[in-house]
Amino acid sequence: MTTTTVTPTPLDPRRVDPSVVVARTTSHTSLQETWVQTLSMAWRALKKMRRKPEQFFDVLIQPLLFTAMFAFIFGGAISGSVSDYLPVLIPGILAQTALTVCMATGVQLREDMDKGVFDRFKSLPIARIAPLAGPMIADLIRYGIASVLTVVTGLLIGYRPGGGVLGCVGGIALTVIAGWSLAWIFTWLGTMARSAQSVQGISMMIMFPLTFLSNAFVPAETLPGWLEAFVKVNPVSHVVSAVRDLFNDGAVTAEVGWAVIGCAVVVAVFAPLAVRSYSRKM
Amino acid sequence: MADLSAVRADGLVKTFGDFRAVDGIDLHVRQGEIFGVLGPNGAGKTTTLRMLATLLPIDGGHAEIFGVDVRREPHRIRQLVGVTGQYASVDEDLTARENLWLFGRLQGLTSTRAKSIAGDLLARFDLQEAADRPLSQFSGGMRRRLDLASSLITRPPLIFLDEPTTGLDPRTRGQMWDTIRELVTDGSTILLTTQYLDEADQLADRIAVIDRGRKVAEDTPDALKTQVGESTLQLSLAEGADTALGADVVRRLLGEDPVLSPESGRMNIPLPDPDRAADVLIGLREAGLGISSVSVAKPTLDEVFLALTGHGADDESQTKPQMEAAR
Repeated sequence: MTTTTVTPTPLDPRRVDPSVVVARTTSHTSLQETWVQTLSMAWRALKKMRRKPEQFFDVLIQPLLFTAMFAFIFGGAISGSVSDYLPVLIPGILAQTALTVCMATGVQLREDMDKGVFDRFKSLPIARIAPLAGPMIADLIRYGIASVLTVVTGLLIGYRPGGGVLGCVGGIALTVIAGWSLAWIFTWLGTMARSAQSVQGISMMIMFPLTFLSNAFVPAETLPGWLEAFVKVNPVSHVVSAVRDLFNDGAVTAEVGWAVIGCAVVVAVFAPLAVRSYSRKM
Repeated sequence: MADLSAVRADGLVKTFGDFRAVDGIDLHVRQGEIFGVLGPNGAGKTTTLRMLATLLPIDGGHAEIFGVDVRREPHRIRQLVGVTGQYASVDEDLTARENLWLFGRLQGLTSTRAKSIAGDLLARFDLQEAADRPLSQFSGGMRRRLDLASSLITRPPLIFLDEPTTGLDPRTRGQMWDTIRELVTDGSTILLTTQYLDEADQLADRIAVIDRGRKVAEDTPDALKTQVGESTLQLSLAEGADTALGADVVRRLLGEDPVLSPESGRMNIPLPDPDRAADVLIGLREAGLGISSVSVAKPTLDEVFLALTGHGADDESQTKPQMEAAR
């Protein structure tokens, strides 16, 4: 601890004049201000990521482990051989990894919101969406790392995507967009739930049915009729199909359109819900 | 606007379920003053402040800050008020400099401007050496200083300080007091809460005493203290049986009854003037009464409370559980 007392020099020789400050106030944040605030919050999230690299663990391990494991275990049973299964599997793993990152978004937001600094964020004249959207922008990096890692692991064990480089880039881009959009659901959960653990628990219950009751790992046609019906409406299925089309054929099919529309709908519904629930929590 | 009030709150109410944490509090803070809200834990001080800072919705009553309606225009209020919380609201994962830069950026400063203001504030609050160290290495006093610095980035005309020195050691506390006094010379108005009478006494121009969600008194520190006597003589008689005789002596000399403690032989005597303590002691000696211990104390919050409400400051056991909810 330091011993010197605080230097009594005012920051600014001008005295604070309340009436001037009142006249300068604005009734809400402009779009440009909101954008700057969101980027500042993204900067904060990036700083935190750099200081706590252990939070990249799930992002690094899951693609490596699951890609190799699923390929060798299920490859023969589902597609006849590992190399035949990889074009089916890689897009599925991508979707699953993106959802895991989404889940972490919600859990971390909840942990973060319990900290004292959120009191300050709430007391500042900033757009209520900035503290939510900022970390999600920083998370784009995590989706990117996870997606690239999954594809690289696939390439290493023999995956040769027919869509070429462009198809892969498109597929990864779509995964990142889908992950970012679905993350709003978990962000909303994060603002609603009482604790980080409960976010984790609820997220698991959402994530498992979404990934496993989709066409991510098995062809939908092999499922019983009622399950096939659910799989066909599951947005994750559309994202997986779209990514498959991009990766394996380099084709921008109707599935890509459906996936993008689905993502837009999720954002349109859950972003306002999340902001509302966050604002009300004060 | 001719109105020179900084805060004008009438009949503020906050309920948590059945519990009325704030039950019709009026606060009128004038521009340029330090206004103290004094009360024990759970009296509703923090809740009141959080409502005025738009951190909690107002359940009843009306509040204006510099003429701006708190409920209707929260975004404007947030541009007028700097809030320093009871628990330092700074980011533990960033350095002090990064904290200040971030808060500056969030409030619309350019990156360069935010950087230069952060530098100025770090110097002013004597945090330069620690500026780039992680906050986990900061002492409580340093955190509080950083927290206060964070509230001053845009030089808000009104500053809320929620128990600014709770948990600080006496020296750090004195430094904090100096800093708070300086803010007023810059033209800011300060609304602070505290559990300590001496802190309110040291800093505040006027004090509102809050108890169980209600305001029980509002006055200058001097006026409040005279209500309970300038200081108190606490003494124990050698023989417990002499208590009645001792009380007679006090009554004769000061014209007032001593407060008898349930412990036999102990009594608290409010003194209008600490000099009168000698008169009492001489009087007791002349009456042939022995004394086993004696001390002169300044009135504590407890005594102010006792005088104002008829119950002690920590006599809150039945409301304690709800207090946690009030956070």
